[in-house]
Amino acid sequence: MKRNRFIRTISLLAVVVSVTIVVSCRKDIKPIPEQQEVILTPNPDAAIKGVYLVNEGNMNMNKASLDYLDYTTGIYRRNIYNKVNPEVVKGLGDVGNDIGVYGSKLYVVVNISNKLEIMDVKTGKRIKQINITNCRYVTFHNGKAYVSAYLGTVGDPKAPNGIVAEIDTTSLTETKRVDVGRQPEEMAIVGEKLYVANSGGYSPKNYERTVSVIDLNSFTVINNIDVAINLHRLKADKYGDLYVTSRGNYYDVPSKMFVINTKTDQVKKTFNIGVSNLAIDGDIAYYYGSEWSYNDNKFTISYGMLNVKDEIILDQKFITDGTDKSITIPYGIAVHPITKEVLVTDAKNYVSPGTLYCFDPSGKKKWSVTTGDIPAHFAFVYK
Amino acid sequence: MRRSKNAFLGVKSIFFAFPAIMWLGMCTSVQSFAQTDSTKLNTKDSVNKVNELKEVQIRKIKITKRQTSSTPLQILSGADLEKLNSLSVADAVRFFSGVQLKDYGGIGGLKTINVRSMGTNHTAVFYDGVQLGNAQNGQVDLSKFSLDNIEEIELYNGQKSSIFQSAKGFAAGSSLYLNSKQPEFPDGTSNKLRASIKGGSFGLIDPSLLWQSKITDHISSSVSAEYKNANGRYKFRSTNGVYDTTAVRRGGDIETMRLEVALNGFMADSSKWKIKVYGYKDEQGIPGAVVNNVWGFSQRQWNKHIFVQTYYEKQFGIYSLMAAAKYSNDHKRYLNPDIVTTDGLLENNYHEQEAYISLANRFKINKYWDVVLSSDYLLNDFDADLYRFAYPTRNTLLTALAMQFHFDRLDIQANLLSTLVNDKTQSGTPLSDKNELTPTVMVSWQPFDQKEFRLRSFYKSIFRMPTMVDLYFTFYGNRVIKPEYTKQYDLGFTYIKGYERQALSQISVQTDVYYNRVKNKIVAVPSNSGIWSVQNLGLVDIKGIDVNIQSAWQIGNAFTLTSGISYTYQEAIDADTASPSYKDQIPYIPWHNISFLLSGTYKKLSMNYSYLYTGERYNQSTNNVYNYVMPWYTHDIAFHYNTKFNKRDIRLTAEINNLLNQAYEVVTNYPMPGRNYRFSLTYNY
Repeated sequence: MKRNRFIRTISLLAVVVSVTIVVSCRKDIKPIPEQQEVILTPNPDAAIKGVYLVNEGNMNMNKASLDYLDYTTGIYRRNIYNKVNPEVVKGLGDVGNDIGVYGSKLYVVVNISNKLEIMDVKTGKRIKQINITNCRYVTFHNGKAYVSAYLGTVGDPKAPNGIVAEIDTTSLTETKRVDVGRQPEEMAIVGEKLYVANSGGYSPKNYERTVSVIDLNSFTVINNIDVAINLHRLKADKYGDLYVTSRGNYYDVPSKMFVINTKTDQVKKTFNIGVSNLAIDGDIAYYYGSEWSYNDNKFTISYGMLNVKDEIILDQKFITDGTDKSITIPYGIAVHPITKEVLVTDAKNYVSPGTLYCFDPSGKKKWSVTTGDIPAHFAFVYK
Repeated sequence: MRRSKNAFLGVKSIFFAFPAIMWLGMCTSVQSFAQTDSTKLNTKDSVNKVNELKEVQIRKIKITKRQTSSTPLQILSGADLEKLNSLSVADAVRFFSGVQLKDYGGIGGLKTINVRSMGTNHTAVFYDGVQLGNAQNGQVDLSKFSLDNIEEIELYNGQKSSIFQSAKGFAAGSSLYLNSKQPEFPDGTSNKLRASIKGGSFGLIDPSLLWQSKITDHISSSVSAEYKNANGRYKFRSTNGVYDTTAVRRGGDIETMRLEVALNGFMADSSKWKIKVYGYKDEQGIPGAVVNNVWGFSQRQWNKHIFVQTYYEKQFGIYSLMAAAKYSNDHKRYLNPDIVTTDGLLENNYHEQEAYISLANRFKINKYWDVVLSSDYLLNDFDADLYRFAYPTRNTLLTALAMQFHFDRLDIQANLLSTLVNDKTQSGTPLSDKNELTPTVMVSWQPFDQKEFRLRSFYKSIFRMPTMVDLYFTFYGNRVIKPEYTKQYDLGFTYIKGYERQALSQISVQTDVYYNRVKNKIVAVPSNSGIWSVQNLGLVDIKGIDVNIQSAWQIGNAFTLTSGISYTYQEAIDADTASPSYKDQIPYIPWHNISFLLSGTYKKLSMNYSYLYTGERYNQSTNNVYNYVMPWYTHDIAFHYNTKFNKRDIRLTAEINNLLNQAYEVVTNYPMPGRNYRFSLTYNY
């Protein structure tokens, strides 16, 4: 008797469970929403209207996303792409790798989605998508956009080299492409020459060591500057010098940074510091880097500043209030050209929403905000 | 847009219909309990009659190991397994409670099992009693194991409820046993042949042959061969409510060949032996994540897998011996044409060899007390043409001391497992030697006179070693990684009841509540430049309940019905205070899971209906709107027709899977097939 009652209880339980589940049934499918929060006091007259931040998203998750901080309204807008462009199948794409603003357009390089996404800078509305397989970075000059890509032809065992593609920013079509070294990364333009850092990352036993120099008039490679293995970052200062980082081989060749004089196209200085990323503003380069520590069995992260005019490392730090302790993985850096505030992102464990920090020129945290996954690349929007 | 919304409503209304049917079933069973009550009341006046009735009832109930096991056990076997809409072992294990099958979709897509949220690496998979190894990444792809030659699948939380087993049997958080068909020769035959061919969606052609032969009175042989070919293509749908696209999944073609030869001996002196040779070969495409602007894939892999295993068991009075040995050789070639190196297209070859011996000794000290001492030695050797590969070799020595006290109504098992691991590498620093001691205690108790109700409980502490990928597949330095520890606590009951002279002939219930804690969870932590470092960071707290109810019905003489429902509730919480997703549910673990099976047989025709429901989940560690994954559910149906042709048994099967053509993904961006079909013809000679 008692046990029969028990069975009844169980049956009842099963019924209750099924009801619960029906109630918690599938919701309507909707485009990915945008989130907004006010983080600053509005400044309608701000000379720089805002800053775009592209979040890479973890590979295969299709979670590249675009955030926008509007200085004029003080609103941080998270994940703006899908609301404006709900008709784009699977959205912005997989692994956003670079971003740039040129004229009235916003350009986002989406690596795994093999495309350069072109949007209206004011609205974020898609204008066009240009397919470039395995594209990495974008830079601009004289009405043209230049995009580096890891491979020219996919699936050809005899074609390990990458390319730089030239895109006309009016007609939005690819006009030319040129073979460079293997797996090219960042680019910079000084005068009429484009410099691209080759990594050779697909062949760890045979890394590339060069910066390819492309003459923009003939669009041919005119020189390859031997620097060091596995190059990545490449930034130009206002004195005609390039700051190039080498990632080393993560084994016995350490990470370093080099200075190239673009007048002679030769390495003129070596900094024995590991630099993961840097941003140059005026005379100052802001950088961070990490060194493998065998004692702690992890990477230790350091932040630094460098005077590019005299090419000396400064004692000054751009984070002075101890906030650096709470940053797990600094992943992106930018300097506000007017306020000189430093924007630094934390990618945390790569599978969680990141954080964007803003430090005032004295190195104190001004504000921070939650971003998308792996916040990485910035583009300022001028008035 | 409007059309798609209507279609969605349609799906929804049918989904509502399902619990209605379920209620109906439940109400009917509640009613029949009421009937039982009244029958009992009526017979109360005659003591003899009551006794009679009880005897009949007890005779009817089949108390199986499902009831008596002190660790939760779920079984799919024989006819039940044949009726399921399943091609591989992976399809079948979806119906177990407490199980998440990580399914990348399609015939060749990787399918791994995660039991009670502890992680794939904590489940050991045994084929005919010997563990299938994959020390490289610790995962066994269940889609590679055809159901064609499988007689029974058992899933134990914790370990098998039997102390007389290899030390490996004590060494995992949960254990999946795949048992192949054993030769049986009824009515004087000495040869049995079964030929079968399957075909259907995905361009599937799958012929197989099983030949069992009686060589002498004591020795029999079994040969099982299978070939499978499929282009793997299927339609899937992707929508966000505004765009709505249907595309064809490509790049998932597969061709496999399997040959198993076994010799079985049941000798006159009651000793048993088995020798098995298993050979497997495949070539397949690896379809990747479907992301924006990416619909085609070019990666491929080739697997070759051979193992030889032997088994021997003999009893000498109070002493019994069980010995097993195995050698396996695995080769995998991987090709990625999307990556061009200075040596051409990226290609990697992985080669793993394993040698294994096991010895288990049982002493029956007295009627109530057994002691077992088991010892296993395992050697794993790895070779890969990766740059700066460490070429590791791993020696593992497992020793288990186990005891069992079995009384009429109480069964207690306890064991202590010692694990010694030693790694050697040709370059770089190997993992420092590991020496761990882990206990397990299991109890099964029948508190009342009736055999129908039993309580059970277990505590198990175990760990998994960091895999070779965790340790040695790196470009730099050495990694200091500790094993990943789990502690499991489980308390449950089993109940079974049989009924005479009424439609519901049997009902059984197994319910368990559990708490698991995964400590030092091995987590890949990113560092700069996309190189990941692997560290012991995670801490996961898992609380759950598993409910299984099976019932059997006999309506008239010709119609039988069986149903099984399993329900799982799980809270698997990130308990690491330093984690950005502290207190969030861990990825891909739904709070609710349901499976429902209903199968009816009427004369020569039988039908099987199955339903799976996976509740809402998150696909990354933070529980926010961007990581939210909607619930999904599928309805599958199968019809079987058994008949005779020239006095031989013939069986025709038609299956429809994902009947309502629901678009869903188990793993985000790996779309699952829409409605698909399979037909098969089996001929027994």
